[in-house]
Amino acid sequence: MMQEFMNNLIKNLQIRFENFKVPKDVLLFVCDQFVVSADGSCPSEVENILDSIVEGKGNLALVQHIVLVLSGKGGVGKSTIATELALALRHAGKKVGILDVDLCGPSIPHMLNVRNKHVHQCDAGWVPVYANPEQTIAVMSIGFLLENPDDAVVWRGPKKTALIKQFVSDVSWGELDYLIVDTPPGTSDEHLAVVESLRGHGVEGAVLVTTPQAVSTGDVRREITFCKKTGLRILGIVENMSGFACPHCSQCTNIFSKGGGEELAKQTGVPFLGCVPLDPQLSSSLEEGGDFIKAFPLSNTFSAINEIVQKVMSGAAVRQ
Amino acid sequence: MADVPSDAPEDCPGTASAQAGKTSACQGCPNQAACASGTPKAPDPAIEEIKQKMSAVKHKVLVLSGKGGVGKSTFSAHLAHGLAGDQSKEIALLDVDICGPSIPRIMGLEGEQVHQSGSGWSPVYVEENLAVMSIGFLLSSPDDAVVWRGPKKNGMIKQFLRDVDWGEVDYLIVDTPPGTSDEHLSVVQYLSGTHIDGAVLITTPQEVSLQDVRKEIAFCRKVNLQIIGVVENMSGFVCPKCKINSQIFPPTTGGAEKMCRELNIPLLGKVPLDPRIGKSCDEGKSFFSEVPDSAATAAYRSIIHSIKEYCAFSSPTNRND
Repeated sequence: MMQEFMNNLIKNLQIRFENFKVPKDVLLFVCDQFVVSADGSCPSEVENILDSIVEGKGNLALVQHIVLVLSGKGGVGKSTIATELALALRHAGKKVGILDVDLCGPSIPHMLNVRNKHVHQCDAGWVPVYANPEQTIAVMSIGFLLENPDDAVVWRGPKKTALIKQFVSDVSWGELDYLIVDTPPGTSDEHLAVVESLRGHGVEGAVLVTTPQAVSTGDVRREITFCKKTGLRILGIVENMSGFACPHCSQCTNIFSKGGGEELAKQTGVPFLGCVPLDPQLSSSLEEGGDFIKAFPLSNTFSAINEIVQKVMSGAAVRQ
Repeated sequence: MADVPSDAPEDCPGTASAQAGKTSACQGCPNQAACASGTPKAPDPAIEEIKQKMSAVKHKVLVLSGKGGVGKSTFSAHLAHGLAGDQSKEIALLDVDICGPSIPRIMGLEGEQVHQSGSGWSPVYVEENLAVMSIGFLLSSPDDAVVWRGPKKNGMIKQFLRDVDWGEVDYLIVDTPPGTSDEHLSVVQYLSGTHIDGAVLITTPQEVSLQDVRKEIAFCRKVNLQIIGVVENMSGFVCPKCKINSQIFPPTTGGAEKMCRELNIPLLGKVPLDPRIGKSCDEGKSFFSEVPDSAATAAYRSIIHSIKEYCAFSSPTNRND
């Protein structure tokens, strides 16, 4: 009965969205997220999502490349890596934007020392916050919409989805070479919202971040499956917190194990982008609200990130 | 909270309210049409069913953090191991991280499956007195992704709380994903007919963690969830060669200690970084058995002792004795 219901639903949606030629597997995937019972009605959320998929380019028209930073696992350094990728790209002369869709735990404003800024409106929508005077690093985060940075955002899925759709369509990014999208851990509402809202804009792909341990790679496996299910290209895996060199005696300790990210890439046939070691000096400067933008190119981590960015950029050039 | 459905948005006026379905908060809520039509909606019957089920559970502890990757699952697993060390106690560990279930691996139960019986789902037993439930046991492959939106996740959590046959339990520990969203709201709402002893909040020393944990504290206060205290994890690293302490995750804004002082919340303890913890978790072994003499083990044991003391003296408002 469910099968029949779904078949009829898909048929009707194909007629409704006839002019846009939405692939059948996309229709099925979206329906599967919402349809719990064969009660004869099409959930309005399904139509809303399909509408957003077929909408025009709007505010993202002048954004050349969009890269998502994902991980099944929390606390592996997605936001840190997203910020570092953006800064390395800027160092290479690119204009970058960072979209932070972690609504419950937005970390990007803190990293770029713009935590107490607020967004303004213009005709085209929201003006992003610029993290540097040259305005080559644009940022949008829910952090800028909160009265108090410690305010908790206790929202269920539908409200989170609605705001993320707005972030995608209503931020006036202007001309950008790269838009980096930082996400929370998991494979749920936020990830689906961002993938679906960006579907019409051509996403370059996703960078997956993991730490070396099995507990982490175990979750990142699932994120790889998520990417395959949603048709999101995987640019590669980054193994973060990969080893720690004691600043006093230079002894290297693999605090969170070693090699798991590279092994996962091999097992799943996904490119391995590189290892990034633990860098307490850089963490300190980040933490102290110091100028991460200035400190980063001088840090030990910079060369590792730069190599990763070169791989991402050369891949993008090939695909253009 | 009984008339706020589990899939309702924040600021839901309640299904019985005159404003039901009509406020701006109602936009996008799946129940909006039903509420606006004036058809009265009964409270979710699952809440009463769960209340009955939980009458056999003496203490319930939630392990939370706004931040990901701070060691919630590691802590939950070792809290369970620590409590199960007393053979006379029955311990239950429930993993409600639907997208990233780590508990099966950490408890050495990868590949185990759940069985259904007349009295519900049977949890998986690690020890005779330590039972575990996770969505991990319902997936057929480690690569399976659970790509569900909020309402479907909530349905699973409801089933976990209502349909798992735990039996008589002294301590139920609930491990959660990071954040303040569907899973957290659902656990609190479905357990609203019972007494939750409190929540243990896990953080690491950096500001980027603390700022998320402050939000979690705000969440606890919003839903009237007692806070047992905060655990500062990954607190310092002693180099095995030169024995000098390095702050890999530096507490530049005073760490958990300062935050707890400012918010008047107990700091239960600090656990140092020890590479053998991660290794034990990856191998599914208890760190307490693998490295019984480490500073980290001592720290964990002291924290577990504080939690036991808290539970022994926690005063219930809706006690089901």
